[in-house]
Amino acid sequence: MNLTLKVWRQPSGEARGRLVSYAAQGISADMSFLEMLDVVNEGLIEKGEEPIAFDHDCREGICGSCGVMINGMAHGPMAGTATCQLHMRSFQDGDTIVVEPWRARAFPVLRDLVVDRSPLDRIMQAGGFVSIATGNAPDAHAILVPKEAAELAMDAAQCIGCGACVAACPNASAMLFTAAKVSHLGLLPQGQPERDRRALGMVTQMDLEGFGGCTNYGECTTACPKGISLENIARMNRDFRTAALRARPESAGAGGAP
Amino acid sequence: MSTPLGFAQSTVGRKVIMALTGLLLVGFVMGHMAGNLLVFNGPEAINGWGALLKRSALVLWTVRITLLVAVGLHIWAALTLTRLNQASRPVDYARRVPQASTLAARLMRIGGVLLLAFIVFHLLHLTTGTIHPGYEFSHTDVYGNVVSSFQVPWVALFYIVAMVALLGHLTHGIWSFFQTMGWSHPRLDTIRRTIATVIALMVSLGFIAIPAAILGGVLR
Ligand code: HEM
Ligand code: FES
Repeated sequence: MNLTLKVWRQPSGEARGRLVSYAAQGISADMSFLEMLDVVNEGLIEKGEEPIAFDHDCREGICGSCGVMINGMAHGPMAGTATCQLHMRSFQDGDTIVVEPWRARAFPVLRDLVVDRSPLDRIMQAGGFVSIATGNAPDAHAILVPKEAAELAMDAAQCIGCGACVAACPNASAMLFTAAKVSHLGLLPQGQPERDRRALGMVTQMDLEGFGGCTNYGECTTACPKGISLENIARMNRDFRTAALRARPESAGAGGAP
Repeated sequence: MSTPLGFAQSTVGRKVIMALTGLLLVGFVMGHMAGNLLVFNGPEAINGWGALLKRSALVLWTVRITLLVAVGLHIWAALTLTRLNQASRPVDYARRVPQASTLAARLMRIGGVLLLAFIVFHLLHLTTGTIHPGYEFSHTDVYGNVVSSFQVPWVALFYIVAMVALLGHLTHGIWSFFQTMGWSHPRLDTIRRTIATVIALMVSLGFIAIPAAILGGVLR
């Protein structure tokens, strides 16, 4: 296959970027999108030019490192796949492919197609965990987990944190990511003691990072390589609302004496 | 966050405010539409209904102020969230292809602005009587005001266009309401869209029937 790429090139965060055209020639339909970029980069290196920078690691859709906007679609035209799992047979010989980084105020471009997704890490730090007591490991079956809760939690836990939901959302909202993480632990018995604090903390951090809000367009769930469902956003909204209503002011904590 | 102010500042909290005020307004438009249909029963029916609504100044003003506050909060939330959403993507894509969003969802903001313009016009037209193209406004003859004004084609058409905007706004808004309130469940999810579409169609077609009937000469 011979293709024309229009790739966003930006030497650094401060520099101005622009779309640059490249010819991608002799591409096999069996290559992944990232392998195609590798081929283009080899050509650039031979010519003494800077290769196109892009994030990647596992190249099998489990780590969440990769992700670019391909022809206006996060992770490209295939449903339920990350960029690394997209094959070139999804394109036609002679196609022009526009490749852009995730665009969001909260995700500044670091270089070319690489953006800073650490806001997602800070949302996790604000409540995406379960505090555990130290000591001997409890028996694995010490806490009963309803089968339905386990399955829904596993569905939510599939989120690989790639940021495609933010990229695809017209509001650059991180609600689907945050909701998946809130739900994942909030559905399990082990997550109950911190359920209110988790919803409040993670939503507050999400807002602080400068993401937009949800207007229920549904673009996120369609772009998500793991098909995380909008039901999670509804659950997060409910958790946040009840937690905000239940939360006691700091000074009136549960301890009694001030 | 545990303060009401913190809640109203969060993106989720503001959406809840929009959903609850929206629900109140949906309740209002349903009642308003049903009352309006009394014009088809003749001048006594609709004028009597109008007089009944104004019998107690206390009730009338309580309802009016509640509705105004609801509209105010709804627009405040819509406006501040829209500004935040637009600021959240300072550099846009050269190319972005919507995959899932419905037309109704994408027209919420522009439709909302049209509805606001309509609400202002409507109050000046049929509540205060400030706008009365080509006829004398009467505070007791509801039937006369409605029939005379909808015989003016641009007035009738403006009402019809605004009610088409309401159709779109409620189609997305009512569905969105369930999502914002966190009422999502496999069994509910299959009927949420239907509930929204049925209410939206009922309300907008009920309203549209009146200017359409007068324009078509069925009511005179
Ligand atoms: C008759 C008057 C109105 C009714 C009955 C109404 C109803 C609703 C409802 C039920 C929602 C859904 C809330 C949610 O997302 O959970 C909504 C959302 C919204 N409304 Fe209204 N509304 C009215 C007027 C307006 C006006 C005048 C504006 C703007 C100036 C407006 C702008 C919006 C916006 C931007 C949304 C958010 C939509 C989204 O989810 O993206 N609305 N409305
Ligand atoms: S490189 Fe790991 S998900 Fe694509």
